[in-house]
Order: sequence, then structure tokens, then C-alpha cells
Amino acid sequence: MGSADRPRQGRVSVYEVFRQERKGQAFQHAGSLEAPNDAFAEEYAREFYGRRQESEALWVVPRSAVHEIDDFVDELERNYHRVDGYSLKAKLKEARERAGTSARGDG
Amino acid sequence: MSALNQLGQEQELLEYVQRGGQVETTDWMPDEYRRLLIKFIEMHGNSELMGVLPEREWILRAPTLQRKLALTAKVQDEAGHSQLIYRVVEDLGKPREQCLADLISGKSKFHNVFHYPTKTWGDVGIIAWLVDAAAIISQKALLKCSYAPYARIMKKICWEESFHILHGRDVVLTMMLGTDEQRELVQEALNRWWGPLMQFHGNPIPMEQDPMYHWRIKSQGNDEARQQFLDGYVPQIWELGLTVPDAELRKDEESGRWHFSEPDWDELKHVVTGHGPKTKERLELRRMNHEETEWVRQIVLAKAA
Repeated sequence: MGSADRPRQGRVSVYEVFRQERKGQAFQHAGSLEAPNDAFAEEYAREFYGRRQESEALWVVPRSAVHEIDDFVDELERNYHRVDGYSLKAKLKEARERAGTSARGDG
Repeated sequence: MSALNQLGQEQELLEYVQRGGQVETTDWMPDEYRRLLIKFIEMHGNSELMGVLPEREWILRAPTLQRKLALTAKVQDEAGHSQLIYRVVEDLGKPREQCLADLISGKSKFHNVFHYPTKTWGDVGIIAWLVDAAAIISQKALLKCSYAPYARIMKKICWEESFHILHGRDVVLTMMLGTDEQRELVQEALNRWWGPLMQFHGNPIPMEQDPMYHWRIKSQGNDEARQQFLDGYVPQIWELGLTVPDAELRKDEESGRWHFSEPDWDELKHVVTGHGPKTKERLELRRMNHEETEWVRQIVLAKAA
């Protein structure tokens, strides 16, 4: 991604900020900031994302600590562990006919 | 990557964003898309930063302590928005120092409305109410921007802007309930700002020809934004007994569209290319401020050493 990861002037680095809007909710990515160290990063995060009581809590994480995984292969087409692996319609119809209950039509 | 491959990949990304897909910082993107993103988002950052200057002039002259506090908070919000926005630009590859240098040298642009003077407290009310209203229409449309990191910070920005509009409307309402002289100040300010407000959303280029729409950086056309502004705010202006200084302005009930005098596009072009009545003075103030605060940046950076 080129310059995005490079600390500016070799001295500041990027932190990602995640915020929780209400207690019990998941933390969501809010944005990022640049800071010379963790203490500054925390203060900036407070200023940018907590000044108006809009957040319950913040997570401030150095970007270098975030490891992204975005390649999920399904080489074996393992649809047997997903709902789209099961189409019951035809079998159910046949089973109802066999049992003589198809008139109820609750499918 | 071969040239042909690259072309195919570019077409694929274009189709992806046109279907409503969103792009993240770490995703591959075509140079043209990156260039347009930087241009658009940088101008937004510049505008937030320059937008505090007309209002800053009134912090010391605010009529009450409550207004002084509200105005200070608003100025703080806008400066904060520019911080968030420049950060997005940095991730796209243009450092903040370069953005600030280009702003000060006049190489990059900022919104037309911030090139004008604020003559009276009436202007402060009209800016906070109607300029912010026009801006929030553009910003709400950016919640769907194809570049996801920008769309995400827009959520916070829109949330804060809605308080700014209420603050502005409250200033205007208070003056309209005051003396004849105060009502006069509001009307005069509206007369001064109407032209720039009608130019704010840009020339009526068809949406399909707008490169910012092509890449789904913007999700609405300029004219559409202007119609939305008129629809939302002209009735609110009229109900206070104020007059919009455009004899042509009326809503066609059949089509639901507003008719108005053609905005002065020459003025818009002239102003945003650095020739507005206050452009020089405000950029000079920005430059001076940047120099005077250099020692703060040095100390902060020393902490990192």
C-alpha cells in the first residue's frame, strides 16, 4: 500500500481507533490518527472521538499491531457446514407424499 | 502487471464501485481513482480548516457568554474534522504537511463560502444555519462514498454538523424575535450570502459526466443537492418573514423542482481560484498561524524521538 504504512518523518506512527457507542455493543472502526507515542495517541483519540460523550469506550491500536486476513479459500466447497448446503424442498415434498400428508401443505 | 491486465483490473474496480462496492485503504486502486479521491477529500479538509476563520473572528465579539462557548465549540469541531479528513488523505499517499503547504500557496482549493467576509453577527447566524445546511447535504451523500474510510469518518462529522445547524438556526430565531434592527441584520446577511449559497453545490454538470460521481466518490449530482437544499430550507426561511433575494425563486408544484435565477458561475470560478474578497487575508492568517505553531509540532515530535 506504499506510503500509507510509512511513519511520517520516521517519527510518528499511525494508530487505528475503534469506538463503542453504547455499553454492550461491538467496537467499530472509527478512523485513524497519527501520534509520536501511545500517550499522545490516547489524548488525540479522546479529543477526536470522545469529546462529546459520543463514545462509551475506545480502543487505540498501533496500525502495525493489526493483522489483516482477507483470503478465505473454500477449495473443497464445504457447503455441508453452511445453510446453503441443504435444500430440503424436493425431499420434503417426496416424504410428505409418501406419508400421505402433503394435503396439509405447511411447507 | 501487464498493461492489459491493469486495464482489466481498473474496469473491474469501476464496475465494483458503481454497483455500490466500497474500497479500503489496503485495497488495490487505479491511479486515477486515487488522484480524484485525494483531490476531493483534500479540498474538504481544506474547507473545514478555512471554515473556522470567518467564525473565529466572532468569538471575541459574541453577544453572550453562551454564544461564545457554542461558537468556540463549533470552531473546535471543524478543526477536528479537518484533522480526521487530512488523515484519510495521508493514507491515500499525500502527507499533511504537503496539504497545508498547497493550501497556503493557493495550489489547492477550498469551498467558495469561506472566501467571503462576515460583516455582522447576522452573518454568523446565516453561515451557521444555511452554509452548514448546504454542507450537510453534500456530507450526508458522502456516507455512501465508495472509499470506505472516508465514509466512516463522515458519520461522526454529520453528527456534529447537525448541532451546528441548530445553533445557527437558534441564533437567527433569536435575532428575528428581537428588534427591527436585528431583523434587518439577518435580512442583509441573507442577501449577502444567497449568491454564494446557490453556487455552493457547484455548476449543474450532468451527474454522468462528473468524474466524482463516475467513481461513486459522490453519490448525487450538483443540481440534485441544490434542489434538496432549496426544498429543505426555503420554507424555513420564508416562515420567519425573511425574503430570499431572487425574484425568480419558486417551486413548480407539478414537477416538484425549484426555479431560480442562474447562479453566477463566473463569480464561483473567480472566487475558488483564489480571488475572493477575503482569500488573501485568510490564507495569510493560516500561514502565520502555521509558522507560529511550529514550535508545538517540534515539541510533539521530540517526544517521539
